[in-house]
Amino acid sequence: MSDKTPVIKVRDLVVGFGAQTVLDHLDMDVRPSEILGVVGASGAGKSVLLRTIIGLIPRRQGTIEVLGKDFERVGEEERRALERRWGVLFQQGALFSSLTVKQNIQFPMRENLEISQRLMDEMAFAKLEMVGLSPRDGDKFPSELSGGMTKRVALARALALDPEIVFLDEPTSGLDPISAGDFDELIRTLQQTLGITVFMVTHDLESLYTACDRIAVLADGKLAAEGPISAMLESEHPWVKTYFQGKRGSNLADRELVQ
Amino acid sequence: MSEALLSQKLVGDRLELTARGLWTAPHAAELEAEINRITGGSAGAKSEKTTDVAIDMAGVRELDTFGAWLLERLTRQWTNVGRDAVVTGLPQHGADLVEEMHGVNREAPPRPEHKNPIVSFLAAIGRGTTGFAGSFHTFAQMLGETGIAAARVLFRPSEYRLTSTVHQFDRVALQAVPIIVLITFLIGAIVAQQGIFHFRKFGAELYAVDLVGILVLREIGVLIVAIMVAGRSGSSYTAELGSMKMREELDALRTMGFDPVEVLVLPRIIVLIIAMPALTFLGSMAALYGGGLVAWLYGGISPDIYIARLTEAISLTHFSVGMIKAPFMGLVIGLVACAEGLRVKGSAESLGIQTTKSVVESIFLVIVLDGLFAIFFASIGM
Repeated sequence: MSDKTPVIKVRDLVVGFGAQTVLDHLDMDVRPSEILGVVGASGAGKSVLLRTIIGLIPRRQGTIEVLGKDFERVGEEERRALERRWGVLFQQGALFSSLTVKQNIQFPMRENLEISQRLMDEMAFAKLEMVGLSPRDGDKFPSELSGGMTKRVALARALALDPEIVFLDEPTSGLDPISAGDFDELIRTLQQTLGITVFMVTHDLESLYTACDRIAVLADGKLAAEGPISAMLESEHPWVKTYFQGKRGSNLADRELVQ
Repeated sequence: MSEALLSQKLVGDRLELTARGLWTAPHAAELEAEINRITGGSAGAKSEKTTDVAIDMAGVRELDTFGAWLLERLTRQWTNVGRDAVVTGLPQHGADLVEEMHGVNREAPPRPEHKNPIVSFLAAIGRGTTGFAGSFHTFAQMLGETGIAAARVLFRPSEYRLTSTVHQFDRVALQAVPIIVLITFLIGAIVAQQGIFHFRKFGAELYAVDLVGILVLREIGVLIVAIMVAGRSGSSYTAELGSMKMREELDALRTMGFDPVEVLVLPRIIVLIIAMPALTFLGSMAALYGGGLVAWLYGGISPDIYIARLTEAISLTHFSVGMIKAPFMGLVIGLVACAEGLRVKGSAESLGIQTTKSVVESIFLVIVLDGLFAIFFASIGM
């Protein structure tokens, strides 16, 4: 795949529930090996966009091509193969509560690869260490984990099959600023070593500054602005302006400039 | 894949490995097998013949964490016994990955302890016994807490949750009427049919009416209804309170200064105490009606005779015995269901376990209670 071809190509997407239209003829591209941050007001449809791309919400109109394939137009077999090429981190972690941390990470491996238990154990521990946890945490149950650990385990599970794309739904929400900062750094490092594409829905301005290559702003069911952080600061769109140049946003921007 | 992912060549005392193809997750199984064959074979690390190893990775088209880890595992075979392992030809991105893998799995993972089966069997028995004592303890605690909450409400009746009670009564009592009436009707009909069928051998069909009347009013009516209520409402109480606990709703109530027992448990238990006699009454009537219908159609006992015989056979005592038991059974079901609900822990599995326990325990206790009542009524001559 050449660097020019987008990994995710969304065209003319319409999604709605009942009388309400959430995404209104939206076009969007995600480039290979970038970290794209998707922002927008609460209820603007960020999570809906993510869930539509991964096929959890039906769309009314439009096409979504992920890795060159529109999974609504391919067969069951190819769709499953496509799903193996991405990993998803849900907002609440969505770990299986009746399985241990290790079993949670091994679940996708067990279902999709025919590898030995030894290799599976080693890979699970390797993934745990990659997200900054210790192998000793492997035997814990999700109910025994703190919020930050839950997110890390969920990320390890999302990375279990070495996906090409990782979808993150508010990865730093509910974390303290230090853990959130660590998490941003973790995502950045993993993206560099593994060369993955990251699609990240977030509210966290800090993440946008430190982790994201490009930012897409959702407003009124469309992309209001798109580009690196510098473009966001120059944007004239009212919501983008308030968001990035409001009290919290401009503080961060000043700090970044000083640095 | 036709091409081998790894091939070996022995040059003097140096083992040269050439890697090719896709070292990725989908091929991890074959790759692991090939690595095991090489390290386990005559040229492996434990062999005296080879001193060190060189691995040429230039032919690898794709490398992910699975491949990188297997490469690391391969080189560790040599480095762990103090020999040299040289990896060449890695692309930059691959080198980062291998570097990342270099530190992992260094400390031995915690091994699950192997327990003596006899000891773990005894431990399971011990845990089961203390667990049983534990459920009795929570039951007694719930009884106490509910009693205190009830006393508090008695002094300040305005704080009682009337709306919640009415809503629960609708769910537990009114909506249960159709199914309970249907089931008890069928049970009454079956008891009558069996009675008539067997008593006919002695020419004593008419005594089937006594059988139906006494059995239904004293035992079956209240027991069937209690079992139905335990399965229908007890389980839903446990699941409701359990998921509220999982979502921290109970903690939220507590921090706002409300006692969850007073707000959630007390109305539910009071509703069950009221609903059980009401449902028992309806159920018993339905069973008598079903018995009468079968007696008429199957046994040829006309309704007039059935009613006349019934008046002779049963007295108010039989009716009272059933009705006195009903509220106590409601109390037991409610207490068990709520106590189990509050014992739910974080996982979805624990919600399932507690709901099962709630139904099993409450049916068990209802039957034990019924036995105790039977002794009690016999000794006072009812």
